[in-house]
Amino acid sequence: MRIPCPYCGLRDSHEFTYLGDATVKRPDPAAPNALDTFSDYVYLRDNPAGAHRDLWYHASGCRSWVVLERDTRNHAIGGATLAREVTP
Amino acid sequence: MSRLPSGGRIDRSQPLSFSFDGKAYKGFAGDTLASALLANGVRLVGRSFKYHRARGIFSAGSEEPNALVELRTGARREPNTRATTVELFDGLSAQSQNRWPSLDFDVMSVNGLLSPFLGAGFYYKTFMWPAAFWEKLYEPIIRRAAGLGRAAEGTDPDSYEKAYAFCDVLVIGGGAAGLTAALSAARSGARVIIADEDFALGGRLLSEQHPIDGAPATSFVAKVEAELASLPNVRIMSRTTVFGVYDSGDYGALEKVSDHLAVPAPFQPRQRMWKINAKQAVLASGAFDRPIVFGGNDRPGVMSAQALRTYAVRYGVAPGNSAVLFANNDYAWSAALDAAEAGVRLTTIVDVRTEVAPALTARAKALGTRVILGGEVVATSGKVLTSVIVRSGGREETISTEVLAISGGTTPNLHLTSHFGSKPLYNKELAAFLPNTPPPGMAVAGAAGGHFSLAATLRTGAELGAAAATAAGFNATPVAAQAEETPSGISAFWQVKGARGKAFVDFQNDVTNKDVTVAHREGYRSVELLKRYTTLGMATDQGKNSNMAGLAIMAELTGQGIGETGTTLFRPPYTPVALGAIAGHHRGKDFRPTRPTPSHAWAKERGAMFVEAGQWLRAQYFPKPGEKDWLETVIREVKATRASVGMIDVSTFGKIDLKGPDAGAFLDRVYINMFSTLAVGKARYGVMLREDGIVMDDGTTSRLSPEHYVMTTTTANAAKVYQHLEFCLQVLWPELDVQLASITEQWAQISISGPKSREVLAKVVDAPIDVSNEALPYMGVAQGTVMGGVKTRIFRLSFAGELGYEIAVPARHGEKLVRALMAAGEPFNITPYGTEALAVMRVEKGHVSGSELNGHTSARDLGLGKMASTKKDFLGRVLSGRPAFLEEDRPILAGFRPVDKTKRIRAGAHFMAIGAEPVLENDEGYMTAAIFSPTVDSWIGLGLIKRGTERWGEKVRAYDPVRGEDIEVEICDPAFVDPKGERLRV
Ligand SMILES: [Zn+2]
Repeated sequence: MRIPCPYCGLRDSHEFTYLGDATVKRPDPAAPNALDTFSDYVYLRDNPAGAHRDLWYHASGCRSWVVLERDTRNHAIGGATLAREVTP
Repeated sequence: MSRLPSGGRIDRSQPLSFSFDGKAYKGFAGDTLASALLANGVRLVGRSFKYHRARGIFSAGSEEPNALVELRTGARREPNTRATTVELFDGLSAQSQNRWPSLDFDVMSVNGLLSPFLGAGFYYKTFMWPAAFWEKLYEPIIRRAAGLGRAAEGTDPDSYEKAYAFCDVLVIGGGAAGLTAALSAARSGARVIIADEDFALGGRLLSEQHPIDGAPATSFVAKVEAELASLPNVRIMSRTTVFGVYDSGDYGALEKVSDHLAVPAPFQPRQRMWKINAKQAVLASGAFDRPIVFGGNDRPGVMSAQALRTYAVRYGVAPGNSAVLFANNDYAWSAALDAAEAGVRLTTIVDVRTEVAPALTARAKALGTRVILGGEVVATSGKVLTSVIVRSGGREETISTEVLAISGGTTPNLHLTSHFGSKPLYNKELAAFLPNTPPPGMAVAGAAGGHFSLAATLRTGAELGAAAATAAGFNATPVAAQAEETPSGISAFWQVKGARGKAFVDFQNDVTNKDVTVAHREGYRSVELLKRYTTLGMATDQGKNSNMAGLAIMAELTGQGIGETGTTLFRPPYTPVALGAIAGHHRGKDFRPTRPTPSHAWAKERGAMFVEAGQWLRAQYFPKPGEKDWLETVIREVKATRASVGMIDVSTFGKIDLKGPDAGAFLDRVYINMFSTLAVGKARYGVMLREDGIVMDDGTTSRLSPEHYVMTTTTANAAKVYQHLEFCLQVLWPELDVQLASITEQWAQISISGPKSREVLAKVVDAPIDVSNEALPYMGVAQGTVMGGVKTRIFRLSFAGELGYEIAVPARHGEKLVRALMAAGEPFNITPYGTEALAVMRVEKGHVSGSELNGHTSARDLGLGKMASTKKDFLGRVLSGRPAFLEEDRPILAGFRPVDKTKRIRAGAHFMAIGAEPVLENDEGYMTAAIFSPTVDSWIGLGLIKRGTERWGEKVRAYDPVRGEDIEVEICDPAFVDPKGERLRV
C-alpha cells in the first residue's frame, strides 16, 4: 500500500507505523465523568466497514503523524492530512 | 530417443548433460527439465501425494500438478520443483520424490488399496479418536505415506535480494497479448515493465504455427521484442513471475536470476524479490488446457493437448511413439494437429462431439489420423501408458498409444484477478470462468480474459495496453497485428460416466471424482466446504487446471448450474515462493544491523563479553585472566565500583532533545511529576504513563536552558517514547510550541560511579567547569568542554546509587573519552563494568527497570505513586485512578532476601504464605529480578507482592515449580544499599 504523506508525497506503507482510529478525541480530564469518558477513549473503537480515518506515523520519513482517509473494505485511499492540521 | 530429427527452438549445437535419479542424460540449451526428460524417453517422473500413483508430465508450464521433483543436491536441494518450468543447465541433477525404495517400484503405492480410508475427509473421519494416537501413531504414518519432497538440511549457500521498480504500465505475461500490450503502451513513452515467467518471450507463439501479419509467429515475437528492447522506457523481465497483487498498484514478482545456472555467478543472487509499483497493469497470463475426468487419467503419458504441441513444436520432442487426442474443442485439435505436423505420430482423435469443423477433419485426414466422433476414453492401461479403451457407438475398442493428449477446454489463467477477493464468473458459452472485477488498475487481455483466438488475443492486448498507458497520462494508440479468428467450438464435457479405475480431478492432491461425490453425499456441497473436505485445489498448484472439473461434477450432483455453484478464490502467491526469497538479505547476522556502542572497539580490546540489549550490542562484563566465571567477574566489578570507581557506557539510553517556549508545559503533561518548575542546570527523574495508567517508561530529564530540555529514556523504549512524544505534540496538543529531535546517536554518554568518581572527572574537565559538590551538586548539570575542547554535558546522577556522573560528548569522541577516563582513573583502580554489574547495582539500590516496567505495573505498584503531581493533569492520570489500580491487595514493589543466606533465589518465583497450598488462589505476586549482591553478600531480589510496602520483615515462600525450588524469603525495603541516598550527595 502507498500512503500520500502530505509532507513527503506518495510513500510505501512500510515506512509508516499504524496506530488506529483518528476520530477519537482525548476527553476533558477535568470533567466529573472523566473516568467513563477516558475508558471509552482508551478502549472503545468503532470498526466500520467502509470509509474510515486512521492515524499513521511516518517513522522512516518526516516523522509526521498523518490522518489517512481509507476505505477499510478495499484500502482505497481518499486523502491524507497532517494530524496537527486536523481541526478537532 | 524421442527427440524429433529437426525443429524446435532449442540449440542443438549446445548439448547439456544432466541426471535424473542418478542416471545420466543429454538435453539441449533451450530445453526444460521436462522436455529433456521426455526427449530421453523418461515418462515416469514421480509418485503422487497420497496414493503414490505413478505420475508423468501433464503440462508444459507453471500449472503443472504432477511432475514435481527435487532439484539439485546437498544444501541447494529444492523439493517440489515443477520440471516443466526448470530451465535445463549443464550438470543439473534432479531426483524423483515421494517414492520408496525406488520410483519404479514403490511400496507405498499400496496406499491405493487403502483408498477407502484416504478418501474425502479422511483426516476428519479416520483419525479422530483417541487424541493421544494422533501424535504417536497416525501422524507418523501419514507423514511417511503422504507428502512430497524433502527440504534441504544444510544452510542455503546462495543469497537472495530484494529490489523495487516503478512503472506506468506493468504487463504480466509476454505472450501474444502481452507483446501487443507492451508495445502499444511503450510507443506512447510510458514506462513499461513486461514480465514473463519463461526464459523466452512469446508464450503460446513459441509453440503455435499460426501466422501473424502473414509471417511466422516467431518472427513477430522477434520483431516486437527487438523494438521493446530498443526503447529506453521499457524493461523486459524474463524468468520473472508476478505472483501477487497488493494495494495501491503494488505487485510482487520473483526473478529467478540464477536458477538456470548450476551455481550463481559471483555477486549474483539466486533469486530476486521485486516489489513493482505500477499505475496500471495489463494481465496477459494466457490460459490452460484442463483435464477431462476419466478412469486412469493420471497415468504417465496422459498430457494436455497444448503441452503435446509445446513439446513437439517448441522443444522438438515427441513425448511417445504415438499419440491419441481426446477432446471436446477445436483448439485441442489444432494443438494436436500442429504437433502431428511437427513429427508426432497422431494415430487417432477421439472427440465427444458428433460434429467438428470440416477444416479440422480435413487436416486430420491429410495426416492420416483416424477420427472418432461421439467417442470417449473410458480407461487407460500400462504402468506408463500403453493403450487406451475408447467407447463409441455403444462398443469399445483398445487403441495402443504412448501418449494420450487430453483437453476438456480452455481455462483462463485468471489467478491474479482474484487476489482482491473478486470471484470469477462462469461463462456458459466458453464453458469457462472469466475474471470478474480485477484489482483496481488491472485490465485482462487475451486468453486470460476469455479472448482465446489468436486474433482476439493480439487485438485485446493492443487495446488494453494503449488504454493503460492513456490512463497513466500518455497518448497511446493500439498497435495493429493481424491473425486468423478461430472459434473454440467447445461443447462442455467434464467427466466420462462409468469410468473404470480412479478418475482424478485434482492430480496434485489426489482427489478423485468419487471424493467429490462423497462430499456431496455428506453435505459438503458449497465450493468452500468441498475444497476443505476433499482438499480439492489446496495443493501448491491451487488447482489451476483441476478445480473446474471438480466444480462441474458438484454442479451436476446438486443440479445447480456451474455459475451458481461458483468457484473458490485464488490467493497469492501464483506459484510457490521460497522463504529465502522472502527473507532476502535478512538472515543470520544481517537479520538486523549490529549496533555497537561508541566504546565498542575499546571494550573489545579489553576482552569484554557482549550481549544484545534491544537493538544494541553492549559490553556484558569484562573478565580478567584467572576469573572462573561471569559471577566472579561481576562481583569484582561491583565491589570495585562501590569501593572506588567504575565506568560503563550508557550511550544506549534514548536521548531526546526538546526545545521551545512550551517545552516545560509539555513535559508536565507527559510525566507524572513536574518539569516546568525544574531549575536550569538541574536534572530530575521522571515517570511517564500510558493513557491507561500503566507505566510506559522512566528516565531523567534535564533543563539546559529555560526553553531547552534533554530527556533520557530506557534503552529498550527509545523509539517508542520518541513516537509517543510526537503523537502527544502533533495529535493531542498541536497548540504547544515544542520541537523534538532524537539525539541518541549523536551523543556518547559514559557513566562513572563510586566515591572516587569526582576525582576522576576533575582530571578530564576543562575550566571553567567546577566539579565540586557545591558547584555541581547531586542532580546538577554542567556544560562546557572536556579533554581540551570537546563539547560536553555532565549530569551528576548514578543508576548504581553512588556518587556518579554521566558525561556526554559528541559520539565521535566517545571512545576517546573512555580512554581518557581510564587513564585518569588509573590511580583509583577504575573498573569498567557491563550490563551485568549494572543490573546487580540497580537491584541493590531498588531501582526499577525493564522487568518491573513490564506493561502490567502502575506508578503506585512500583512505589512511585507519590511522585505524581496533584497540581496538574498528565497523560494516564485519569485512568490510573481506576478502582482496580487502587486496591489494597495490589502487588507492590518490595525487596526479598532468602532467610537462609546461602540459598539462591530466582526471578519468576511466585510468592505465597508459608504453609499455603501452591495453587493460584494463594498466589501473592512474583519475583521480577534476582541477583547475587556482593554488598549484601547473599542473593537478593525485587518483586511485586500484595501490600508489599506494609509487610517488611514478614516471611513468605518463593515458590518456583518450574525449577523445583521452594525457598523461604523475607520481605524488605527494596533499597538494599544506602536507602537514604547519602552516598549520592557526598
Ligand atoms: Zn512524511
